Amino acid sequence: MSQDHELERSVRAICQAHDRDAGRLLDIVRQVQVREGQVSGAALDLIAEELGQQRVEVEGVVSFYAFFSEEPQGRIVIRLCGDVIDRMQGAERVGKVLEDELGIRFGETTEDGLISLEWTACIGMSDQAPAALVGNVIVTQLATDAARDLVRELRKHGDPQRLVRTFGDGNNAHERVRAMVVNNIRQAGPVILAEMEKGSAIRKSVALSPAEVVRAVKTARLRGRGGAGFPTGMKWQFTRTAEGDTRYIICNADEGEPGTFKDRVILTERPHLLFEGMTIAGYAIGAEKGILYLRAEYAYLRSMLEEVLDTRREKGLLGAHICGKEGFAFDIRIQLGAGAYICGEETALISSAEGLRGDPKNRPPFPAQKGYKGCPSSVNNVETLCCVARIMDNGAGWFAQLGSECSSGTKLFSVSGDCRSPGIYELPFGTTLGELLELVGAGDAVGVQVGGPSGKMVGPADFDREFCFDDLATGGSIMVFGPERDLLEVASGFMDFFIDESCGYCTPCRVGNVLLKERLDKVRAGLADASDLDYLERLGETVRTASRCGLGQTSPNPILSTLENFRPLYEARLKSPDESLLATFDIQGALEESRGITGRDSLHFRREDGRQNSQEKGATA
Amino acid sequence: MGKAKIATTSLAGCFGCHMSLLDIDERILELIELVDFDKSPIDDIKTFSGRCLVGLVEGGCCNEENVEVLKSFREHCEILISFGDCAIMGGIPAMRNTIPLQECLDEAYINGPTVYNPSGEVPNDPEIPLLLNRVYPAHEVVRIDYHLPGCPPPADTIWEALVALLSNKPLDLPYELIKYD
Repeated sequence: MSQDHELERSVRAICQAHDRDAGRLLDIVRQVQVREGQVSGAALDLIAEELGQQRVEVEGVVSFYAFFSEEPQGRIVIRLCGDVIDRMQGAERVGKVLEDELGIRFGETTEDGLISLEWTACIGMSDQAPAALVGNVIVTQLATDAARDLVRELRKHGDPQRLVRTFGDGNNAHERVRAMVVNNIRQAGPVILAEMEKGSAIRKSVALSPAEVVRAVKTARLRGRGGAGFPTGMKWQFTRTAEGDTRYIICNADEGEPGTFKDRVILTERPHLLFEGMTIAGYAIGAEKGILYLRAEYAYLRSMLEEVLDTRREKGLLGAHICGKEGFAFDIRIQLGAGAYICGEETALISSAEGLRGDPKNRPPFPAQKGYKGCPSSVNNVETLCCVARIMDNGAGWFAQLGSECSSGTKLFSVSGDCRSPGIYELPFGTTLGELLELVGAGDAVGVQVGGPSGKMVGPADFDREFCFDDLATGGSIMVFGPERDLLEVASGFMDFFIDESCGYCTPCRVGNVLLKERLDKVRAGLADASDLDYLERLGETVRTASRCGLGQTSPNPILSTLENFRPLYEARLKSPDESLLATFDIQGALEESRGITGRDSLHFRREDGRQNSQEKGATA
Repeated sequence: MGKAKIATTSLAGCFGCHMSLLDIDERILELIELVDFDKSPIDDIKTFSGRCLVGLVEGGCCNEENVEVLKSFREHCEILISFGDCAIMGGIPAMRNTIPLQECLDEAYINGPTVYNPSGEVPNDPEIPLLLNRVYPAHEVVRIDYHLPGCPPPADTIWEALVALLSNKPLDLPYELIKYD
């Protein structure tokens, strides 16, 4: 009974601390999850009651996000990154050791309720894989022996933070970060990774009219860095002129695309540049509020980012009358995500920031017309907003002359996989893939996944192509695969990712990706014939065409792009078509269970003459 | 040139599709003007007498016997048609596909609420074909040329399809014949 009272008191207190605002449901649920280790049925009822919502609405949110759980979880949740790159670096061996040492399987909790073990999608540490989240603490380059020690230590002191003995470079050693993460900045460029005086870009911006700022961004020919490459100035123009009193600027720091970790480095080392860019964006579109949507995996950066925001408020770079500009008020709040790749999609991100399930919304209306809470909103990538600050500081002309003809500026590349120097590279657009591979020490690459699973797998024939919006476009994820890798296994791993991350709303994506993966695995098992490749292409096209949001529209890419660029890998594994039984039908396998149950062999398909079909065919021919 | 030959079989089906075939009523007289029936439950011919133009397959494959028959249909027929939902996607028999085979047998012969089986034995005569691990639709076992959906496909659908095929004309099914709700 007293336990119930305790729960009731704490849940009600959490809701009240958030002004019983249903729009902050994500934060409320997160706090309950952290406090109680679960969001139980009783907690759901209480939250619903406090917020004046239906229980099912709260339950929908809890069940949607990977970091929330209705079932009790351990006090510490170990989330091992199961991304393709991490698996290449031995994540599965590490997983096995964790299972053995904890005496539980993935998805379970130790009996003493201390530790839960889970797989998770890419946590943005592909350059230092295998990595895991232990609570909010990031553990990198996790070897099997270290994994064993990790469990023993947690059992001893139960404090994930104490697992971190050596801090990483730069702000990773900041007293509010204290992470073992390293930046791995291999090549700094003039736009993102150069130094800048705080406030300088804002001062130059507020000296202009908002329309002039938009014009400058247009003159710089800045396009969105998230991957799609929409012209930023145009997006702002739409948001600025859309009907509505309140506008929002939202920074998409939910970089969930496997293999991407550029935002991690920006948030760690250039938060001022980012907030400067957001503030300028707010000025340009007439927004007074900005939201930084930070992925849950980067929660370890939150405290430092809050401190940076405070510093900027103190210096008059946020708040009212910014830089002395009469009537220009702007502030930023951080919205923490809860582990859902789909929330990187802008309309899903908006849903999530509103405290809803991260379901994508129908377009139109576009966020520029009706976005966050129905108000005109501009959602921009972290890197894009950093570019904005630099454009306003150094001038649109300066920015426009960087890069290539069609794509101005520089691009951050997050390079991981089979290369000597994984990490962050800031290079001008127009750099070729081959040049990048040389730089990272991947001379023997056979395949490169450009733009993460939703991008494409390219081979040596494409290595002379240029990175730019009109040729090889990418949000920055570059995964390198050496000669010993099986690219179809890689594609299959990516399909697992999409199956996990599909929100389930559209059938082509929810069901289609499962069917695609099954058929791909059939090819990998040597049980497919040429018609299966045809099937993959047709179904892939259907999923691409018939899905509502970017996730489904790009989810068949691992298969479609390998089919396009690595077709011989598929063809080498095909069976030739058979005149009677299909080569893909495994009659011996289909009978195995029955043989065991009945204790006798088949009448028609005896085990000893498993090759009966082909012999028979020879005899009758 | 003799009449074209047609063969039919019911594998893991309920014979409902064959009943629907008989539902073409008096048109069966027209049909036998066009074709001779070879191996088929309709004339009870047990083995193929030679090559056939068309094979109609009802039901999917739930046991090795089904596979053997389907294989011989593929070997003897120019054009193989899956007719009815069981042939096309396993249908009702495929409801067992999510349940382990042993459990299915136990439920059928030992644990089921209506089972009277004092000996507790599960039939296991050497003559009984082995069950497959799951029920397979026909096109997963052999190449299938056409699919006629429906449970069962309406007689008119079967009729129109056969006539179109035999007279080498395009098949033009009215909406009513391919609407199933």
